[in-house]
Amino acid sequence: MVRVKIWGSLRTATGGAEEVEVEARTIRDMLNALAEAHPGLAPQIDRGVSVSVDGAIYRDSWLTPVEGAKEVVLLPRLAGG
Amino acid sequence: MALDDRFHNRDFKVVGNRVTRPDGIDKVTGRARFGADMTAPGMLIAKVLRSPHAHARINGIDTSKAEALPGVKAVVTYADFASAHAPDDDNLVNCMAKDKALYDGHAVAAVAAISTAVARKALKLIEVDYEVLPHVTDVDEAMKPDAPVLHEDAQDESVPAGTPKNVVRRYEFGHGDVDAGFAQADKVIERSFRTEAAHQGYIEPHACLASYGSDGRADLWCCTQGQYAVRAMCAGMLGMQASDLRVTASEIGGGFGGKTTVFIEPVALALSRKAGKPVKLVMERSEVFRASGPTASTSIDCKIGMTKDGRITAGRAELRYQGGAFPGSPVEFGAMSGFAPYDLENVQAIGWDVVTNRPKQAAYRAPGAPMAAYAVESVIDELCQELGLDPLEVRIRNCAHEGTLSPYGVTYPKIGLEETLKAVQSHPNWTAPLGPNQGRGVACGFWFNFGGNTCVSLNIDEDGTVSLSTGNPDIGGSRASMSQMCAEELGIPYDRVRCSIADTSLLGYNDVTDGSRVTFAVGLATIKAAQDAIKKMCGRAAAIWGIPEDAVEWEDGCAKPAGPNAGEHPPMSLAEIAAVSSQTGGPIAGHYECNADGAGVSFATHLVDVEIDPETGFTKVLRYLVAQDAGKAVNPDYVEGQFQGGAVQGIGWSLNEEYIYGEDGRLQNAGFLDYRIPVASDLPMIDTVIVEVPNPGHPYGVRGVGETSIVPPLAAISNAVSHAIGKRMTQIPMSPPRIVEALEG
Repeated sequence: MVRVKIWGSLRTATGGAEEVEVEARTIRDMLNALAEAHPGLAPQIDRGVSVSVDGAIYRDSWLTPVEGAKEVVLLPRLAGG
Repeated sequence: MALDDRFHNRDFKVVGNRVTRPDGIDKVTGRARFGADMTAPGMLIAKVLRSPHAHARINGIDTSKAEALPGVKAVVTYADFASAHAPDDDNLVNCMAKDKALYDGHAVAAVAAISTAVARKALKLIEVDYEVLPHVTDVDEAMKPDAPVLHEDAQDESVPAGTPKNVVRRYEFGHGDVDAGFAQADKVIERSFRTEAAHQGYIEPHACLASYGSDGRADLWCCTQGQYAVRAMCAGMLGMQASDLRVTASEIGGGFGGKTTVFIEPVALALSRKAGKPVKLVMERSEVFRASGPTASTSIDCKIGMTKDGRITAGRAELRYQGGAFPGSPVEFGAMSGFAPYDLENVQAIGWDVVTNRPKQAAYRAPGAPMAAYAVESVIDELCQELGLDPLEVRIRNCAHEGTLSPYGVTYPKIGLEETLKAVQSHPNWTAPLGPNQGRGVACGFWFNFGGNTCVSLNIDEDGTVSLSTGNPDIGGSRASMSQMCAEELGIPYDRVRCSIADTSLLGYNDVTDGSRVTFAVGLATIKAAQDAIKKMCGRAAAIWGIPEDAVEWEDGCAKPAGPNAGEHPPMSLAEIAAVSSQTGGPIAGHYECNADGAGVSFATHLVDVEIDPETGFTKVLRYLVAQDAGKAVNPDYVEGQFQGGAVQGIGWSLNEEYIYGEDGRLQNAGFLDYRIPVASDLPMIDTVIVEVPNPGHPYGVRGVGETSIVPPLAAISNAVSHAIGKRMTQIPMSPPRIVEALEG
C-alpha cells in the first residue's frame, strides 16, 4: 500500500482526507488506483499531475516505483519559463 | 559500466571554468541567424489581421476582396484549421479566433502576399462582422457576479458551485491550523497587494518561415524555446503527422518562457499550405505586446503572524491571478511557492484562476512565483519593521532546511536557502551606509525546477573531436555548459567539443527549454551519452589489446588496462581510438535518452538599496546583490548572467513595466517607448554570490538556475522603497506617479 498526500482543493474528492492509501507498484498504478477509488480525482489526473516520490518530482514517469516510498505527494503538473 | 545519477564529489577540470562562449563570435559579428533572418526562394510575406475589440462575437468574415487583390496568394481564418484540429484547443483558438474575439489583438485572419505592402493592403480589404460585447480586463472585476462572461463552460470541478463563470480553477495548499497559529502570534499583519502584468520583454519578436510542400511534408524555421513542442502543436492543429513536419530552432533573442508555445507558426504553415509557397511571418513589436503572452496580473491578500522574537506562527494567502482569455494562469505555482522558503507549522494558500479579456498569458520565468513572493516577503518585512527585528535574522530563524515540510506537501531534500541568507549577511552590501531618501530591502525566493524528456547524441569524430547534438535551443548558454560537461566526462579539452542544436528529425522528443531544466536534464543526458561512448571506446581498446572489456578503465581521456590480468599496454587516448575507429568496427557514438528526474529545488536571497527622488518619485537602484544556490555552477559566467538577468527583469517589473488598458479594453502601451524596460544606464552592476550546495540528484550536483532569480526582486525592491519613503507600498510596479501618490497620500 502507498500513502498519497492530496493537495487541499482535491480533498473534496477524498471526503476531506489529506492522505489516502492505494495499492500500487508504480506511479501509473497509483494514478489509476486513485482515479478508481476516488472518481472526483479523475478529471485532474486526466488534465495532468506531477508526483513527488521521496522528494524527487516526476511529471510523466509512469514506471517509477512508489512501493516502499516514505513520502508520495500528488502535485499539479509543473511548468516553467 | 554503471550509470549513476547521484552526486559524487570530484575534482572538476572543465566544469566550473569560465570558458569562451561558442556563439559569441556569431552574435557580435551578425552571423547568427535569428527567426527573422530565414529566407527561401519564392517566399511570401504574411500579415495578421487582429481584433480592435476587447470582446466581440464574430458573425462572419468576408475575405473575397482580399483574395482578389493582385499579389495575394492565400488568406486563412479559423475555418482553415477547423477540419484538422482537436476540438476546443485553446492554443489554436488563441492563434486564430473561432467565434469570438477575446482580446484586443486577437488574430482573426491572415494573408500571404508577394510583399509586405500588398499583405497590409489586403488586411484592410477583409471585412469582419463584429458584434461588440462588454469586456473585463481587471482580475477582481472579472470575479464579480455581473462581470461579462468570456466562456460559458470553462470552469472545472475544483470551483465551488455558484462561483462566477470567469473563475475557472481553484487550488488550495498547506498544512496545520492557521487560525491557531495566528492566535500564538504577538503581531499579525494582513495586507492586500496588486501586481500588474509584465511582458517577458524579449528583444527578438516572434518570427518564422514555413515551407509546406505539395507532398504534404513541411519545414518550419522559428525562434522558439522548444522545437519539438512547436512540432507537436502545429502538427495537431494542421492535421499532420509529426514526421511530416520538421522544425528547426533559430538562434533566439530572448524567450524567458514566452516562447514555450505557438502564436504565428501554425498560421504561417496554414498559409504556406494554401499558397503552395514558403511563407515568412514576423510579428511587429505592437503585435508582440498585444498578442503574445505576458504574465498574469494579480490581486493577493496575505496574512502572517509572528512572535516578538521573530518566529512565524502562521501564514495565509489568497491569490487571484488573471491569465488572459483562457484558463491557465500560473496561480497554483504562486500558491505553492509563496511560503516555500519557510519552515511553517501552519500555512494555507488558496489560488483562483480567472479569465479576462486580455491576451493568453504565457510562462514567464518561474511563472506565478514572483507575485506570491512579493506578498509574503512584504508582510514578513513589515512584521520585522513593526517588531524591531532584523529581517535577515528572522529569515534565517524561519528558513526551510533539509527535512522541512514544504507548503505544497513535499519534504525538502538537501537545499541551500540558509547558505544564501548567510552569504548576504556576510556581504559588504549588507552593512553599506544609507543616506537620505535611501532604503534597503531583502527578500527570499523559491522555484521548483524540473527535468523532463531529453535525448542526446554525440559522435566521436575521426580526428578525436566530438560533435554533440542536443534538442533544446540555447537560451542561456547551454551549448557551452553541455560542451563542458561532455569534455569533463570524456576527459578532453573543452575546445574539442562542438555542441549543435538538432532539428526535430534528428533526436527523440526533447521537452521545451523551461523549468530551469536544461543544464540539469540535458547535462545529465550528455554525461550519460559520454559514458556510453566511453564504454564503446574501452571496448575498442580491449579488442585491440586482446583483453576483456572489463579489464579496461577510462581515465583522463584515455583507455587504460586495469586489473591484475590486463597486461601491460600503453594508454590509448580518445584521439588514438578515434583515428582507428574505421579499422576497429566503424564510427563511435554515444547516446542517451531519459525522462530526467531529481531536479533539486532552488532558493535565492536578494538584497537591494534604492534612492527615491521625492519630487518625481523616480527610484534609482544603488546596489543589488543576488545570492543563489546553483548546486554546481558549470559555467559561472552564465550562472551569474542568469542571476543578473532575472534580477534586472524583476527590477523592471517592480518599477515600471505594466500592461495598461483603457476603458475601451485596448492596450494603451504596446511598444517599448511606453512600456519601459530597464536599460544598462538604469542599473548598477548586479553583484552575485554563487552558493553551491550540490543537488544530490545530479552526478555533478547541478541545479537549475534560470528562473529563481526573478522571484525575490519584486518584494526586495518594494521593501527597499517602503523603507526609503516611510510608507508600505502594496502595488507593483512602483512607477514614479505611484510613489508620488504614496508620498502625498
